[in-house]
Amino acid sequence: MCGIVGLFLKDKALEPKLGAMLSEMLVSLSDRGPDSAGIAIYGATTGNEAKITIQSAKPDRDFRGLDAELAKAIGAPVSIAVKSTHAVIRSTPDKVDAAREALQTLRPDVRIMGAGEAVEIYKEVGLPEAVVERFDVRAMTGTHGIGHTRMATESAVTTMGAHPFSTGADQCLVHNGSLSNHNNVRRELIRDGMKFETENDTEVAAAYLSNRMAHGKNLGEALEGTLSDLDGFFTFVVGTKNGFGVVRDPIACKPAVMAETDQYVAFGSEYRALTKLPGIDNARVWEPEPATVYFWEH
Amino acid sequence: MPATNVSKAEREQSHSQPSRVFDLAEHSLRELNQALHKLAPGSNETAWEVLHPRGSHSVAVGVDQPVSIDVRGSVGYYCGGMNDGAAITVHGSAGPGVGENMMSGQIVIKGDASQYAGATGKGGLLVIEGNASSRCGISMKGIDIVVHGNIGHMSAFMAQSGNLVVLGDAGDALGDSIYEARLFVRGKVESLGADCIAKEMRPEHIELLQGLLDRAGATGVKASEFKRYGSARKLYNFNIDNADAY
Repeated sequence: MCGIVGLFLKDKALEPKLGAMLSEMLVSLSDRGPDSAGIAIYGATTGNEAKITIQSAKPDRDFRGLDAELAKAIGAPVSIAVKSTHAVIRSTPDKVDAAREALQTLRPDVRIMGAGEAVEIYKEVGLPEAVVERFDVRAMTGTHGIGHTRMATESAVTTMGAHPFSTGADQCLVHNGSLSNHNNVRRELIRDGMKFETENDTEVAAAYLSNRMAHGKNLGEALEGTLSDLDGFFTFVVGTKNGFGVVRDPIACKPAVMAETDQYVAFGSEYRALTKLPGIDNARVWEPEPATVYFWEH
Repeated sequence: MPATNVSKAEREQSHSQPSRVFDLAEHSLRELNQALHKLAPGSNETAWEVLHPRGSHSVAVGVDQPVSIDVRGSVGYYCGGMNDGAAITVHGSAGPGVGENMMSGQIVIKGDASQYAGATGKGGLLVIEGNASSRCGISMKGIDIVVHGNIGHMSAFMAQSGNLVVLGDAGDALGDSIYEARLFVRGKVESLGADCIAKEMRPEHIELLQGLLDRAGATGVKASEFKRYGSARKLYNFNIDNADAY
Protein backbone atom coordinates (compact mmCIF):
# COMPACT_ATOMS: atom_id res chain seq x y z
CA MET A 1 0.00 0.00 0.00
CA CYS A 2 1.63 3.25 1.24
CA GLY A 3 -0.07 6.61 1.07
CA ILE A 4 1.39 9.64 -0.65
CA VAL A 5 0.37 13.28 -0.78
CA GLY A 6 1.59 16.47 -2.40
CA LEU A 7 0.51 20.08 -2.34
CA PHE A 8 1.73 22.87 -4.60
CA LEU A 9 0.37 26.29 -3.73
CA LYS A 10 -0.44 28.92 -6.32
CA ASP A 11 -2.02 31.35 -3.87
CA LYS A 12 0.54 33.01 -1.58
CA ALA A 13 -2.17 33.60 1.02
CA LEU A 14 -2.18 29.87 1.74
CA GLU A 15 1.58 29.64 2.37
CA PRO A 16 1.32 30.06 6.17
CA LYS A 17 -1.04 27.05 6.18
CA LEU A 18 1.01 24.70 4.02
CA GLY A 19 2.28 22.61 6.95
CA ALA A 20 -1.19 22.29 8.46
CA MET A 21 -2.82 21.41 5.12
CA LEU A 22 -0.21 18.83 4.16
CA SER A 23 -0.31 17.31 7.66
CA GLU A 24 -4.09 16.83 7.46
CA MET A 25 -3.73 15.22 4.05
CA LEU A 26 -1.12 12.77 5.29
CA VAL A 27 -2.84 11.90 8.57
CA SER A 28 -6.04 11.05 6.66
CA LEU A 29 -4.13 8.28 4.87
CA SER A 30 -2.62 6.73 8.04
CA ASP A 31 -4.27 3.36 7.46
CA ARG A 32 -2.45 2.99 4.14
CA GLY A 33 0.87 2.60 5.97
CA PRO A 34 1.61 2.43 9.70
CA ASP A 35 5.38 1.83 9.57
CA SER A 36 6.90 5.26 9.13
CA ALA A 37 6.02 8.68 7.82
CA GLY A 38 7.81 11.66 6.39
CA ILE A 39 7.22 15.08 4.99
CA ALA A 40 9.26 17.54 2.93
CA ILE A 41 8.39 21.22 3.07
CA TYR A 42 9.75 23.83 0.69
CA GLY A 43 10.02 27.17 2.46
CA ALA A 44 10.91 30.63 1.28
CA THR A 45 14.40 31.07 -0.13
CA THR A 46 16.62 34.10 0.49
CA GLY A 47 19.36 33.29 -2.02
CA ASN A 48 22.09 33.62 0.58
CA GLU A 49 21.16 30.78 2.90
CA ALA A 50 21.23 27.00 2.53
CA LYS A 51 19.81 24.37 4.86
CA ILE A 52 20.86 20.84 5.73
CA THR A 53 18.32 18.68 7.59
CA ILE A 54 20.07 16.11 9.77
CA GLN A 55 18.81 13.30 12.02
CA SER A 56 20.30 11.50 14.98
CA ALA A 57 19.23 8.60 17.20
CA LYS A 58 20.95 10.50 20.05
CA PRO A 59 20.09 14.14 19.39
CA ASP A 60 21.17 15.38 22.86
CA ARG A 61 24.66 14.10 22.32
CA ASP A 62 25.02 14.88 18.61
CA PHE A 63 23.41 18.31 18.28
CA ARG A 64 24.97 19.96 21.37
CA GLY A 65 27.71 22.38 20.35
CA LEU A 66 27.50 21.29 16.71
CA ASP A 67 26.94 24.83 15.39
CA ALA A 68 30.20 26.15 16.82
CA GLU A 69 32.22 23.10 15.78
CA LEU A 70 30.81 23.16 12.26
CA ALA A 71 31.35 26.95 11.91
CA LYS A 72 34.97 26.45 12.85
CA ALA A 73 35.41 23.54 10.44
CA ILE A 74 33.97 25.33 7.40
CA GLY A 75 34.99 28.88 8.25
CA ALA A 76 31.50 30.35 7.95
CA PRO A 77 28.68 31.22 10.34
CA VAL A 78 26.36 28.31 11.17
CA SER A 79 23.04 28.19 13.04
CA ILE A 80 21.21 25.11 14.15
CA ALA A 81 17.51 24.66 14.95
CA VAL A 82 16.76 21.40 16.75
CA LYS A 83 13.37 19.67 16.35
CA SER A 84 13.30 16.40 18.30
CA THR A 85 15.53 13.88 16.46
CA HIS A 86 16.08 16.28 13.55
CA ALA A 87 17.95 19.55 13.25
CA VAL A 88 18.18 22.14 10.49
CA ILE A 89 21.63 23.58 9.95
CA ARG A 90 21.78 26.93 8.19
CA SER A 91 24.84 28.39 6.50
CA THR A 92 25.80 30.03 3.20
CA PRO A 93 24.99 28.12 -0.02
CA ASP A 94 28.63 27.79 -1.07
CA LYS A 95 29.46 25.96 2.17
CA VAL A 96 26.93 23.10 1.89
CA ASP A 97 29.38 20.54 0.49
CA ALA A 98 32.04 21.47 3.02
CA ALA A 99 29.51 21.21 5.84
CA ARG A 100 28.34 17.75 4.68
CA GLU A 101 31.95 16.59 4.61
CA ALA A 102 32.73 18.08 8.03
CA LEU A 103 29.66 16.40 9.51
CA GLN A 104 31.02 12.99 8.57
CA THR A 105 34.04 13.59 10.79
CA LEU A 106 32.44 15.67 13.55
CA ARG A 107 29.31 13.52 13.95
CA PRO A 108 29.70 10.20 12.13
CA ASP A 109 26.36 8.86 13.46
CA VAL A 110 24.31 11.77 12.14
CA ARG A 111 22.28 11.09 8.99
CA ILE A 112 21.61 13.72 6.35
CA MET A 113 17.92 13.82 5.35
CA GLY A 114 18.33 16.42 2.65
CA ALA A 115 19.85 19.75 1.75
CA GLY A 116 19.08 22.79 -0.33
CA GLU A 117 17.96 26.39 -0.19
CA ALA A 118 14.29 25.62 0.33
CA VAL A 119 13.68 22.08 1.54
CA GLU A 120 13.42 20.68 5.05
CA ILE A 121 12.75 16.95 5.46
CA TYR A 122 11.39 15.22 8.55
CA LYS A 123 10.87 11.48 8.67
CA GLU A 124 10.68 8.85 11.38
CA VAL A 125 9.29 5.45 12.22
CA GLY A 126 5.70 5.77 13.47
CA LEU A 127 2.28 6.93 12.39
CA PRO A 128 1.82 10.21 10.47
CA GLU A 129 0.14 11.91 13.44
CA ALA A 130 3.10 11.11 15.70
CA VAL A 131 5.62 12.29 13.12
CA VAL A 132 3.71 15.48 12.31
CA GLU A 133 3.36 16.24 16.05
CA ARG A 134 6.98 15.48 16.86
CA PHE A 135 8.30 17.92 14.28
CA ASP A 136 5.54 20.51 14.65
CA VAL A 137 4.93 20.27 10.90
CA ARG A 138 1.51 21.96 11.20
CA ALA A 139 3.20 25.25 12.09
CA MET A 140 5.45 25.23 9.02
CA THR A 141 4.99 27.67 6.18
CA GLY A 142 6.03 27.07 2.60
CA THR A 143 5.25 27.03 -1.09
CA HIS A 144 4.91 23.29 -1.69
CA GLY A 145 5.53 19.96 -0.03
CA ILE A 146 5.18 16.20 -0.31
CA GLY A 147 4.51 13.47 2.25
CA HIS A 148 4.45 9.71 2.64
CA THR A 149 3.14 7.09 5.03
CA ARG A 150 4.84 3.75 4.56
CA MET A 151 3.87 0.10 4.47
CA ALA A 152 7.31 -1.37 3.91
CA THR A 153 7.94 -4.00 1.25
CA GLU A 154 11.42 -3.57 -0.22
CA SER A 155 13.64 -2.69 2.73
CA ALA A 156 13.75 -2.41 6.52
CA VAL A 157 11.49 -0.19 8.63
CA THR A 158 14.01 2.42 9.71
CA THR A 159 14.30 6.19 9.64
CA MET A 160 16.53 5.95 6.59
CA GLY A 161 14.07 3.66 4.84
CA ALA A 162 11.26 6.19 5.29
CA HIS A 163 10.29 8.59 2.52
CA PRO A 164 10.78 11.28 1.19
CA PHE A 165 14.16 10.38 -0.29
CA SER A 166 16.41 13.25 -1.22
CA THR A 167 19.37 12.67 -3.52
CA GLY A 168 20.07 16.17 -4.83
CA ALA A 169 19.84 19.77 -3.66
CA ASP A 170 16.19 20.66 -3.02
CA GLN A 171 15.06 17.45 -4.77
CA CYS A 172 12.98 14.77 -3.13
CA LEU A 173 10.59 12.00 -4.03
CA VAL A 174 7.87 9.85 -2.47
CA HIS A 175 6.77 6.56 -4.00
CA ASN A 176 3.88 4.16 -3.81
CA GLY A 177 4.81 0.84 -5.37
CA SER A 178 7.90 -1.29 -5.78
CA LEU A 179 10.65 -1.33 -8.38
CA SER A 180 12.04 -4.56 -9.79
CA ASN A 181 15.17 -3.34 -11.58
CA HIS A 182 16.48 -1.06 -8.84
CA ASN A 183 19.70 -3.05 -8.26
CA ASN A 184 20.75 -2.66 -11.88
CA VAL A 185 19.81 1.00 -12.04
CA ARG A 186 21.65 1.62 -8.74
CA ARG A 187 24.81 0.07 -10.17
CA GLU A 188 24.59 2.25 -13.28
CA LEU A 189 24.04 5.39 -11.20
CA ILE A 190 26.94 4.55 -8.87
CA ARG A 191 29.15 4.25 -11.95
CA ASP A 192 28.00 7.76 -12.87
CA GLY A 193 29.00 9.11 -9.44
CA MET A 194 25.70 8.96 -7.52
CA LYS A 195 25.90 8.05 -3.82
CA PHE A 196 23.40 5.84 -1.96
CA GLU A 197 22.62 5.54 1.73
CA THR A 198 20.23 2.53 1.69
CA GLU A 199 19.21 -0.65 -0.14
CA ASN A 200 15.81 0.90 -0.81
CA ASP A 201 14.22 0.85 -4.27
CA THR A 202 12.73 4.33 -3.90
CA GLU A 203 16.11 5.90 -3.23
CA VAL A 204 17.11 4.61 -6.68
CA ALA A 205 14.17 6.41 -8.29
CA ALA A 206 15.12 9.64 -6.47
CA ALA A 207 18.76 9.29 -7.52
CA TYR A 208 17.71 8.50 -11.09
CA LEU A 209 15.84 11.82 -11.31
CA SER A 210 18.67 13.75 -9.61
CA ASN A 211 21.13 12.20 -12.05
CA ARG A 212 19.04 13.09 -15.10
CA MET A 213 18.54 16.64 -13.88
CA ALA A 214 22.29 16.91 -13.19
CA HIS A 215 22.74 15.96 -16.86
CA GLY A 216 20.64 18.95 -17.89
CA LYS A 217 17.14 17.50 -18.15
CA ASN A 218 14.25 19.45 -16.66
CA LEU A 219 11.88 17.85 -14.16
CA GLY A 220 9.39 16.86 -16.86
CA GLU A 221 12.04 15.23 -19.04
CA ALA A 222 13.54 13.39 -16.05
CA LEU A 223 10.10 12.06 -15.09
CA GLU A 224 9.51 10.97 -18.69
CA GLY A 225 12.68 8.87 -18.46
CA THR A 226 11.32 6.83 -15.53
CA LEU A 227 8.74 5.31 -17.89
CA SER A 228 11.39 3.59 -20.00
CA ASP A 229 14.21 3.13 -17.48
CA LEU A 230 12.44 2.01 -14.29
CA ASP A 231 10.61 -1.31 -14.19
CA GLY A 232 7.95 -2.01 -11.60
CA PHE A 233 4.96 -0.39 -10.01
CA PHE A 234 5.10 3.26 -9.21
CA THR A 235 3.24 6.41 -8.57
CA PHE A 236 5.88 9.07 -7.88
CA VAL A 237 5.34 12.53 -6.45
CA VAL A 238 8.41 14.72 -6.72
CA GLY A 239 9.46 18.11 -5.38
CA THR A 240 12.17 20.44 -6.63
CA LYS A 241 13.10 23.94 -5.45
CA ASN A 242 10.31 25.50 -7.48
CA GLY A 243 8.51 22.53 -8.98
CA PHE A 244 6.17 19.66 -8.30
CA GLY A 245 5.65 16.60 -10.50
CA VAL A 246 3.64 13.38 -10.71
CA VAL A 247 4.06 10.26 -12.85
CA ARG A 248 2.48 6.78 -12.80
CA ASP A 249 3.77 3.65 -14.50
CA PRO A 250 1.90 2.38 -17.60
CA ILE A 251 -0.02 -0.29 -15.64
CA ALA A 252 -1.08 2.35 -13.09
CA CYS A 253 -2.42 0.01 -10.42
CA LYS A 254 -1.17 2.29 -7.62
CA PRO A 255 -3.99 4.70 -6.91
CA ALA A 256 -3.80 8.43 -7.52
CA VAL A 257 -6.16 11.38 -7.55
CA MET A 258 -5.44 15.03 -8.19
CA ALA A 259 -7.27 18.29 -7.63
CA GLU A 260 -6.60 21.74 -9.01
CA THR A 261 -8.08 25.13 -8.20
CA ASP A 262 -6.85 28.70 -8.67
CA GLN A 263 -5.20 28.31 -5.25
CA TYR A 264 -3.36 24.98 -5.44
CA VAL A 265 -2.58 21.68 -7.14
CA ALA A 266 -2.99 18.71 -4.79
CA PHE A 267 -2.19 15.02 -5.05
CA GLY A 268 -3.44 12.15 -2.88
CA SER A 269 -3.36 8.36 -3.07
CA GLU A 270 -7.07 8.62 -2.38
CA TYR A 271 -9.76 11.28 -2.48
CA ARG A 272 -9.94 11.07 1.34
CA ALA A 273 -6.69 13.05 1.48
CA LEU A 274 -8.22 15.97 -0.41
CA THR A 275 -11.57 16.36 1.33
CA LYS A 276 -10.51 19.11 3.76
CA LEU A 277 -8.78 21.34 1.21
CA PRO A 278 -10.41 24.73 0.67
CA GLY A 279 -12.79 24.83 -2.29
CA ILE A 280 -12.46 21.10 -2.97
CA ASP A 281 -16.14 20.80 -3.86
CA ASN A 282 -15.58 23.03 -6.86
CA ALA A 283 -12.05 21.86 -7.72
CA ARG A 284 -11.20 20.04 -10.93
CA VAL A 285 -10.64 16.51 -9.62
CA TRP A 286 -9.17 13.81 -11.87
CA GLU A 287 -7.22 10.59 -11.90
CA PRO A 288 -3.79 11.14 -13.50
CA GLU A 289 -3.42 9.06 -16.67
CA PRO A 290 -0.97 6.16 -16.80
CA ALA A 291 2.47 6.85 -18.29
CA THR A 292 1.78 10.58 -18.37
CA VAL A 293 3.97 13.22 -16.80
CA TYR A 294 2.38 16.08 -14.90
CA PHE A 295 4.46 18.93 -13.51
CA TRP A 296 4.07 22.47 -12.31
CA GLU A 297 6.71 25.10 -11.62
CA HIS A 298 6.61 28.42 -9.82
CA MET B 1 -24.71 20.60 11.28
CA PRO B 2 -26.80 23.29 9.53
CA ALA B 3 -26.40 21.80 6.03
CA THR B 4 -27.97 18.56 7.22
CA ASN B 5 -30.98 20.33 8.66
CA VAL B 6 -31.59 22.27 5.48
CA SER B 7 -31.45 19.23 3.23
CA LYS B 8 -33.61 17.27 5.66
CA ALA B 9 -36.27 19.97 5.61
CA GLU B 10 -36.16 20.09 1.82
CA ARG B 11 -36.44 16.37 1.56
CA GLU B 12 -39.39 16.12 3.90
CA GLN B 13 -41.21 18.62 1.78
CA SER B 14 -40.52 16.80 -1.45
CA HIS B 15 -41.07 13.16 -0.43
CA SER B 16 -44.14 11.56 0.98
CA GLN B 17 -41.95 8.95 2.64
CA PRO B 18 -39.12 10.73 4.51
CA SER B 19 -35.80 9.03 3.98
CA ARG B 20 -33.50 8.00 6.75
CA VAL B 21 -30.53 10.36 6.85
CA PHE B 22 -27.16 9.06 7.90
CA ASP B 23 -24.43 11.65 8.39
CA LEU B 24 -20.97 10.10 8.23
CA ALA B 25 -19.56 13.23 9.88
CA GLU B 26 -21.46 12.17 13.01
CA HIS B 27 -21.75 8.39 12.75
CA SER B 28 -19.28 5.71 11.82
CA LEU B 29 -19.27 3.83 8.55
CA ARG B 30 -19.78 0.60 10.49
CA GLU B 31 -23.00 1.99 12.02
CA LEU B 32 -24.26 2.83 8.54
CA ASN B 33 -23.46 -0.54 7.04
CA GLN B 34 -24.83 -2.44 10.04
CA ALA B 35 -28.08 -0.47 9.87
CA LEU B 36 -28.37 -1.30 6.17
CA HIS B 37 -27.61 -4.98 6.80
CA LYS B 38 -30.27 -5.17 9.49
CA LEU B 39 -33.03 -4.18 7.06
CA ALA B 40 -35.63 -6.92 6.96
CA PRO B 41 -37.61 -7.81 3.84
CA GLY B 42 -40.56 -5.44 3.50
CA SER B 43 -39.05 -2.76 5.74
CA ASN B 44 -40.63 0.67 5.44
CA GLU B 45 -37.20 2.32 5.50
CA THR B 46 -36.88 2.22 1.73
CA ALA B 47 -35.11 5.54 1.16
CA TRP B 48 -31.72 6.37 2.64
CA GLU B 49 -29.47 9.35 2.32
CA VAL B 50 -25.80 9.34 3.26
CA LEU B 51 -24.15 12.70 3.94
CA HIS B 52 -20.46 13.66 4.11
CA PRO B 53 -18.96 10.42 2.77
CA ARG B 54 -15.64 12.26 2.25
CA GLY B 55 -14.01 9.46 0.32
CA SER B 56 -14.90 6.75 2.87
CA HIS B 57 -14.28 3.16 1.87
CA SER B 58 -16.96 0.48 1.56
CA VAL B 59 -19.99 2.78 1.73
CA ALA B 60 -23.20 0.70 1.47
CA VAL B 61 -21.50 -2.63 0.75
CA GLY B 62 -23.46 -5.85 0.91
CA VAL B 63 -26.96 -4.37 0.97
CA ASP B 64 -29.48 -7.11 0.17
CA GLN B 65 -32.81 -5.24 0.24
CA PRO B 66 -34.41 -3.19 -2.57
CA VAL B 67 -33.91 0.20 -0.94
CA SER B 68 -32.69 3.42 -2.52
CA ILE B 69 -29.52 5.01 -1.15
CA ASP B 70 -28.41 8.48 -2.18
CA VAL B 71 -24.80 9.24 -1.27
CA ARG B 72 -24.17 13.00 -1.27
CA GLY B 73 -20.50 13.35 -2.15
CA SER B 74 -17.54 11.29 -3.34
CA VAL B 75 -16.69 7.84 -2.01
CA GLY B 76 -13.49 5.78 -1.76
CA TYR B 77 -12.85 2.09 -2.40
CA TYR B 78 -15.57 -0.53 -2.98
CA CYS B 79 -18.76 1.52 -2.70
CA GLY B 80 -21.79 -0.71 -3.24
CA GLY B 81 -19.66 -3.85 -3.38
CA MET B 82 -21.68 -7.10 -3.43
CA ASN B 83 -24.84 -5.05 -3.85
CA ASP B 84 -27.87 -7.33 -4.11
CA GLY B 85 -30.95 -5.32 -5.00
CA ALA B 86 -30.37 -1.79 -3.74
CA ALA B 87 -30.48 1.29 -5.99
CA ILE B 88 -27.43 3.31 -4.99
CA THR B 89 -26.70 6.76 -6.43
CA VAL B 90 -23.39 8.47 -5.70
CA HIS B 91 -23.72 12.22 -6.23
CA GLY B 92 -19.97 12.57 -6.73
CA SER B 93 -17.13 10.33 -7.88
CA ALA B 94 -16.19 6.82 -6.79
CA GLY B 95 -12.83 5.32 -5.89
CA PRO B 96 -11.49 1.93 -6.97
CA GLY B 97 -13.76 -1.14 -7.15
CA VAL B 98 -17.19 0.50 -7.17
CA GLY B 99 -19.88 -2.18 -7.43
CA GLU B 100 -17.34 -4.96 -7.19
CA ASN B 101 -19.10 -8.32 -7.37
CA MET B 102 -22.55 -6.74 -7.62
CA MET B 103 -25.29 -9.40 -7.73
CA SER B 104 -28.37 -7.32 -8.62
CA GLY B 105 -29.80 -3.84 -8.31
CA GLN B 106 -28.40 -0.61 -9.68
CA ILE B 107 -25.52 1.73 -8.93
CA VAL B 108 -25.30 5.16 -10.58
CA ILE B 109 -22.16 7.27 -10.27
CA LYS B 110 -22.85 10.90 -11.21
CA GLY B 111 -19.13 11.69 -11.51
CA ASP B 112 -16.12 9.55 -12.48
CA ALA B 113 -15.14 6.08 -11.31
CA SER B 114 -11.60 4.93 -10.57
CA GLN B 115 -10.02 1.55 -11.39
CA TYR B 116 -11.85 -1.77 -11.79
CA ALA B 117 -15.42 -0.45 -11.63
CA GLY B 118 -17.87 -3.35 -11.61
CA ALA B 119 -15.11 -5.96 -11.32
CA THR B 120 -16.39 -9.56 -11.20
CA GLY B 121 -20.01 -8.29 -11.10
CA LYS B 122 -22.60 -11.04 -11.56
CA GLY B 123 -25.72 -8.96 -12.18
CA GLY B 124 -27.45 -5.62 -11.92
CA LEU B 125 -26.68 -2.36 -13.71
CA LEU B 126 -23.73 -0.05 -13.04
CA VAL B 127 -23.98 3.37 -14.67
CA ILE B 128 -21.03 5.77 -14.65
CA GLU B 129 -22.09 9.17 -15.94
CA GLY B 130 -18.50 10.45 -16.15
CA ASN B 131 -15.39 8.48 -17.11
CA ALA B 132 -14.15 5.17 -15.73
CA SER B 133 -10.41 4.53 -15.49
CA SER B 134 -8.46 1.33 -16.07
CA ARG B 135 -9.76 -2.23 -15.78
CA CYS B 136 -13.45 -1.29 -15.93
CA GLY B 137 -15.51 -4.50 -15.92
CA ILE B 138 -12.52 -6.76 -15.33
CA SER B 139 -13.69 -10.37 -15.05
CA MET B 140 -17.36 -9.30 -15.27
CA LYS B 141 -19.71 -12.27 -14.96
CA GLY B 142 -23.13 -11.01 -15.98
CA ILE B 143 -23.28 -7.38 -14.82
CA ASP B 144 -24.30 -4.64 -17.26
CA ILE B 145 -22.08 -1.56 -17.18
CA VAL B 146 -22.86 1.68 -19.04
CA VAL B 147 -20.20 4.40 -19.06
CA HIS B 148 -21.29 7.76 -20.49
CA GLY B 149 -17.67 8.92 -20.90
CA ASN B 150 -14.44 7.02 -21.64
CA ILE B 151 -12.86 3.93 -20.10
CA GLY B 152 -9.17 3.26 -19.42
CA HIS B 153 -6.80 0.49 -20.41
CA MET B 154 -7.30 -3.25 -19.86
CA SER B 155 -11.06 -2.89 -19.49
CA ALA B 156 -13.18 -6.06 -19.68
CA PHE B 157 -10.06 -8.16 -19.14
CA MET B 158 -11.19 -11.83 -19.00
CA ALA B 159 -14.81 -10.65 -19.09
CA GLN B 160 -17.04 -13.70 -18.93
CA SER B 161 -20.59 -12.47 -19.52
CA GLY B 162 -22.72 -9.35 -19.34
CA ASN B 163 -22.57 -6.15 -21.36
CA LEU B 164 -20.15 -3.22 -21.23
CA VAL B 165 -21.40 -0.10 -23.04
CA VAL B 166 -19.11 2.88 -23.58
CA LEU B 167 -20.42 6.10 -25.10
CA GLY B 168 -16.92 7.55 -25.39
CA ASP B 169 -13.53 5.96 -26.13
CA ALA B 170 -11.79 2.85 -24.77
CA GLY B 171 -8.11 2.62 -23.80
CA ASP B 172 -5.49 0.02 -24.69
CA ALA B 173 -6.06 -3.74 -24.71
CA LEU B 174 -9.85 -3.71 -24.55
CA GLY B 175 -11.31 -7.13 -23.83
CA ASP B 176 -8.03 -8.98 -23.45
CA SER B 177 -8.68 -12.73 -23.08
CA ILE B 178 -12.42 -12.10 -23.16
CA TYR B 179 -14.97 -14.93 -22.94
CA GLU B 180 -18.66 -14.28 -23.69
CA ALA B 181 -19.22 -10.68 -22.53
CA ARG B 182 -20.41 -8.19 -25.18
CA LEU B 183 -18.62 -4.86 -25.51
CA PHE B 184 -20.26 -1.90 -27.25
CA VAL B 185 -18.09 1.17 -27.87
CA ARG B 186 -19.28 4.31 -29.62
CA GLY B 187 -15.93 6.08 -29.86
CA LYS B 188 -12.37 5.10 -30.64
CA VAL B 189 -10.74 1.94 -29.24
CA GLU B 190 -7.04 2.53 -28.61
CA SER B 191 -6.29 -1.17 -29.15
CA LEU B 192 -7.96 -4.55 -28.73
CA GLY B 193 -6.49 -7.15 -26.36
CA ALA B 194 -5.63 -10.74 -27.23
CA ASP B 195 -8.55 -12.68 -28.74
CA CYS B 196 -10.88 -9.66 -28.79
CA ILE B 197 -12.30 -8.75 -32.21
CA ALA B 198 -14.86 -6.40 -33.76
CA LYS B 199 -18.13 -8.18 -34.50
CA GLU B 200 -21.22 -7.56 -36.58
CA MET B 201 -24.08 -5.56 -35.00
CA ARG B 202 -27.13 -7.68 -35.68
CA PRO B 203 -30.71 -6.53 -34.95
CA GLU B 204 -30.76 -8.39 -31.63
CA HIS B 205 -27.65 -6.45 -30.52
CA ILE B 206 -29.21 -3.13 -31.50
CA GLU B 207 -32.28 -4.04 -29.48
CA LEU B 208 -30.26 -5.16 -26.46
CA LEU B 209 -28.07 -2.06 -26.59
CA GLN B 210 -31.02 0.31 -26.99
CA GLY B 211 -32.58 -1.22 -23.88
CA LEU B 212 -29.39 -0.69 -21.90
CA LEU B 213 -29.02 2.91 -23.11
CA ASP B 214 -32.61 3.62 -22.09
CA ARG B 215 -32.14 2.09 -18.64
CA ALA B 216 -28.94 4.08 -18.16
CA GLY B 217 -30.53 7.40 -19.14
CA ALA B 218 -28.18 7.75 -22.11
CA THR B 219 -30.24 9.97 -24.36
CA GLY B 220 -29.10 11.61 -27.58
CA VAL B 221 -27.17 8.57 -28.81
CA LYS B 222 -28.32 5.84 -31.16
CA ALA B 223 -27.52 2.16 -30.78
CA SER B 224 -26.47 2.15 -34.43
CA GLU B 225 -23.55 4.50 -33.61
CA PHE B 226 -21.79 1.75 -31.63
CA LYS B 227 -19.46 -1.03 -32.65
CA ARG B 228 -19.60 -4.43 -31.03
CA TYR B 229 -16.54 -6.31 -29.82
CA GLY B 230 -16.28 -9.81 -28.42
CA SER B 231 -14.27 -12.98 -28.27
CA ALA B 232 -12.70 -14.66 -31.29
CA ARG B 233 -12.88 -17.80 -29.08
CA LYS B 234 -9.38 -18.89 -30.04
CA LEU B 235 -7.88 -18.87 -26.55
CA TYR B 236 -10.57 -20.72 -24.60
CA ASN B 237 -8.48 -23.83 -24.21
CA PHE B 238 -4.73 -23.93 -24.01
CA ASN B 239 -3.18 -24.66 -27.36
CA ILE B 240 0.59 -24.63 -27.67
CA ASP B 241 0.34 -23.00 -31.10
CA ASN B 242 -1.23 -19.96 -29.42
CA ALA B 243 1.53 -19.57 -26.81
CA ASP B 244 2.54 -16.15 -28.11
CA ALA B 245 -0.97 -14.79 -27.76
CA TYR B 246 -1.50 -15.59 -24.07
